[in-house]
Amino acid sequence: MTDRPDLAIVGAGPAGLAAATEAAARGLSVTLLDERAAPGGIVYHAVTRSPLGGTTVLDADYRRGTGLVEAFRSSGSTYCPNASVWAVDRDGSIGVTIDGQARWLRPRRVLLATGCMERSLPFPGWTLPGVMTAGAGQILLKDSGAIPDGPVVLAGTGPLLLLVAVQYLRAGARIAAVADLTPPGAWQRGLPHLAGAFGCLPLLRKGLSMMAELRRSDVRRIPGVTGLRAIGTDRLEAVEVRQGERAERIPAGVLLVHAGVVPNIVLTRMLRLPHRWDPRQRCWRPDADAFGATGLDAIAVAGDGARILGAEAAVHAGRLAALDAAHRLDVLDRAERDRHAAPEQAAIERHAGLRSLLDAMYPPPDGLAFLDDDTTICRCEDITAADIRAAIADGCRDPNQVKAVTRCAMGPCQGRQCGQTLARIVADATGQTEEDVMPPRARPPLRRLTIGDLAALETESTP
Amino acid sequence: MTEDVIIIGGGLHGSSTAYQLAARGRRPLVIERNHVARHASGASAGGVRRLRRHRAELPLAMESLALWRRLPELLGDDCGFSPCGHLLLAETEADLAWTVERAATTRSLGYDFEEPIDRAEVKRLVPSVSNAVVGGIIARDDGFGNPLVTTAAFRRRAESLGARYLERTEVLGIDRDGDGWTVATTAGRFSAPSLVNCAGGWGERIAAMLGETMPVRMKAATMTVTARVPRFLGPVIGHVRKKLSLKQMQNGTVVIGGGYEGRVDMEAGESDVLYAGLPGNMKPVIDAFPHLARVPIVRNWTGLEGNTPDAIPYIGPSPNDPTLVHSFGYSGHGFQLGPICGVIVADLVMQGATALPIGAFQPDRFATAGTLQWGAKEGTAVEEQKAV
Ligand SMILES: Cc1cc2nc3c(=O)[nH]c(=O)nc-3n(C[C@H](O)[C@H](O)[C@H](O)COP(=O)(O)OP(=O)(O)OC[C@H]3O[C@@H](n4cnc5c(N)ncnc54)[C@H](O)[C@@H]3O)c2cc1C
Ligand SMILES: Cc1cc2nc3c(=O)[nH]c(=O)nc-3n(C[C@H](O)[C@H](O)[C@H](O)COP(=O)(O)OP(=O)(O)OC[C@H]3O[C@@H](n4cnc5c(N)ncnc54)[C@H](O)[C@@H]3O)c2cc1C
Repeated sequence: MTDRPDLAIVGAGPAGLAAATEAAARGLSVTLLDERAAPGGIVYHAVTRSPLGGTTVLDADYRRGTGLVEAFRSSGSTYCPNASVWAVDRDGSIGVTIDGQARWLRPRRVLLATGCMERSLPFPGWTLPGVMTAGAGQILLKDSGAIPDGPVVLAGTGPLLLLVAVQYLRAGARIAAVADLTPPGAWQRGLPHLAGAFGCLPLLRKGLSMMAELRRSDVRRIPGVTGLRAIGTDRLEAVEVRQGERAERIPAGVLLVHAGVVPNIVLTRMLRLPHRWDPRQRCWRPDADAFGATGLDAIAVAGDGARILGAEAAVHAGRLAALDAAHRLDVLDRAERDRHAAPEQAAIERHAGLRSLLDAMYPPPDGLAFLDDDTTICRCEDITAADIRAAIADGCRDPNQVKAVTRCAMGPCQGRQCGQTLARIVADATGQTEEDVMPPRARPPLRRLTIGDLAALETESTP
Repeated sequence: MTEDVIIIGGGLHGSSTAYQLAARGRRPLVIERNHVARHASGASAGGVRRLRRHRAELPLAMESLALWRRLPELLGDDCGFSPCGHLLLAETEADLAWTVERAATTRSLGYDFEEPIDRAEVKRLVPSVSNAVVGGIIARDDGFGNPLVTTAAFRRRAESLGARYLERTEVLGIDRDGDGWTVATTAGRFSAPSLVNCAGGWGERIAAMLGETMPVRMKAATMTVTARVPRFLGPVIGHVRKKLSLKQMQNGTVVIGGGYEGRVDMEAGESDVLYAGLPGNMKPVIDAFPHLARVPIVRNWTGLEGNTPDAIPYIGPSPNDPTLVHSFGYSGHGFQLGPICGVIVADLVMQGATALPIGAFQPDRFATAGTLQWGAKEGTAVEEQKAV
């Protein structure tokens, strides 16, 4: 493997796979790095080897991932699975551990296609064993086909919650309830955006049919949920669901929570790229142009890591970034780039239409609404909301300061989980808006790297 | 509005100065562009070390250590100070010879805190150290403190005694007029009869606003902290020859330094970790403690600090105007000196003189053309300062 490819791509999800395929077709040497053992990213996770791959539990969209993977495999790109990227520098060099061996890559350009992550939504008891994100629950299902024995409660909002509920239903799980955190009036809110979403009719239909499927089943749906509490001593025993004044306890062995997804900005923040607040999706995302170009010449972004538009849009965004890389590396002139870009951009516009509908129907919950003072915010260092508020009362005004004083976001996950909630609490307690307060900047290394790994890296081969 | 004293920079030095002035009845105003301890004083490794210090700093370091021991009484906070000792490892005969020579030099200056020790004593103190180690030199009363807690404690006490802090406020320009100094900031203008420059790596810029030449180079030293490991280390470890600094914190994590440089972004006031040099930082760690090879790194970080040409700070009144006092450019080892330098600057502000010897730190020592020479490689200054 060359350590100086034209283009290195981090992330083998739909965006990265499509970008690699397109860039290789334009004559670039491409290295695709992903920490997973198989290509496909989150949505097509384990697409080529899931035990459920041939069944109706996981649907046609999921299996469409195989097409992307096959095109990629025959593209001539170099694929590195089990490749954890622990640092990306502003000059584009990459620190990565591949099959346990740390090394440096010095590509001419870098595309970050690191996808999204589930929004963290701390509430009392959320750290109990048995409570996990819906995405984690979905991965269990995709990887091993495993379904829990005990009753399952799903809680949250948005299309992915619906999808996971349906997938669990089809797999034969015992679903005790779906606690819906969506504020009432989703369809009224969505109506003005409906026409704009018709460009994605198949996806729209899929959503509607999942809703119908859930409705037809006898799964209990609790609308307008305003509070959650996980109850149990050593592990989850019940979920307390609140609707305004009314509270109810539902026995459960597993609680799957989902509050939408947000771009994974750990790397782009580490790189000190400019970010902007997206008020509708209530998240930060890197500032990038239509091709994913960022404030740093060598570095571009694509897919849900740049802007949440879903897996299909990520494919088009990946191709756009690849076309731009080819242009910047002088193998494609501007007019050609723009000609090939036009249909991709049009496709992205269609998905943006659908996203407007989804954003209106499922506004992301306010991270403050579900926690109380004793709720753990930082799992790694065991810091509660009260600890953070005490630091603010002591004079801290920004998350980096709170981090320094309390150790919140200083543990092994470096704030990937708690960063946004920390910023939210700081904004609230200091009378600032969410837009004024960025989560703290995570420090490298982003992935496991030992003293020995680093010592063994040849000094001469480092950038 | 007229203040008593304006201090530019809310790091450890600005805060220690604010505390001393407030304790003597002044009401200083500290102006800090970011937040307190945002830069060197928050990123610091926290070493409280006299061992191998520059001879000009030794009298200050001795007095400072005495203050470190009294911080609970003075500030109501122990600042995480743990007098666990500092030990430099020796691996060769030449290393050993250096330890003996160094201790003799220090003794000739009147200090006996540096003690050459043999392999058995090193092994007794640090059983897990590699067998390649043949001895070392130790300062048993040195140790380390918690930089953030320390700066915060000085600030808190200063405020409770009447000091004021303006954070998120940047000094943009300074004028001298009949009554004193007028400082233009992003939050308006402030005047005072006395002015203190504790702006760390930006001290040169503040000096330039006043027409004074005080060169510093900004450097971004890199730190490494590991996952928690079972306790294996008492003293802070350095090396006679290699760039190495290593200590184990109460919570079990290991903090590694050594002065490896990251990228400085002056415009953004930020710095980045550059993994380029870090293999060289980790090798001596494993040489000394092979069992650390398998320990994961939790975090690397860098911090900005101003370094002077001779690697010792600027401390003293401006030669042009005694109501202006400079205290910056601590060149990577100003944490230990924090407590005493507040005393010195307060002396200079209030009495125009101090009992401690500060001749070597004269602010104008590089002001005349031809005097500037950066980091003479063989000079004792650099030689003595190389371990952080
Ligand atoms: C938990 C979860 C479940 C989801 N389930 C569905 C679903 O069922 N259906 C659906 O339509 N959408 C789903 N989504 C949304 C979907 O994941 C995205 O729309 C889509 O995957 C975006 O594609 P992408 O290429 O941008 O990123 P992704 O598919 O997320 O790919 C990013 C890749 O980057 C890799 N990566 C990240 N950081 C590093 C690193 N430091 N080193 C090496 N590799 C790295 C990851 O391993 C991953 O493979 C889900 C999202 C989440 C968070
Ligand atoms: C990584 C690292 C490790 C270290 N390890 C050790 C150690 O083990 N032992 C030791 O003794 N020393 C150590 N040091 C050195 C020590 O931390 C510093 O010498 C000391 O903290 C310097 O304090 P200061 O107040 O001078 O500077 P700073 O803490 O940098 O404070 C200067 C302040 O001035 C502010 N400022 C600048 N310009 C303006 C302006 N125009 N307007 C308003 N405010 C302004 C800045 O925002 C800054 O907060 C280390 C330093 C670093 C970076």
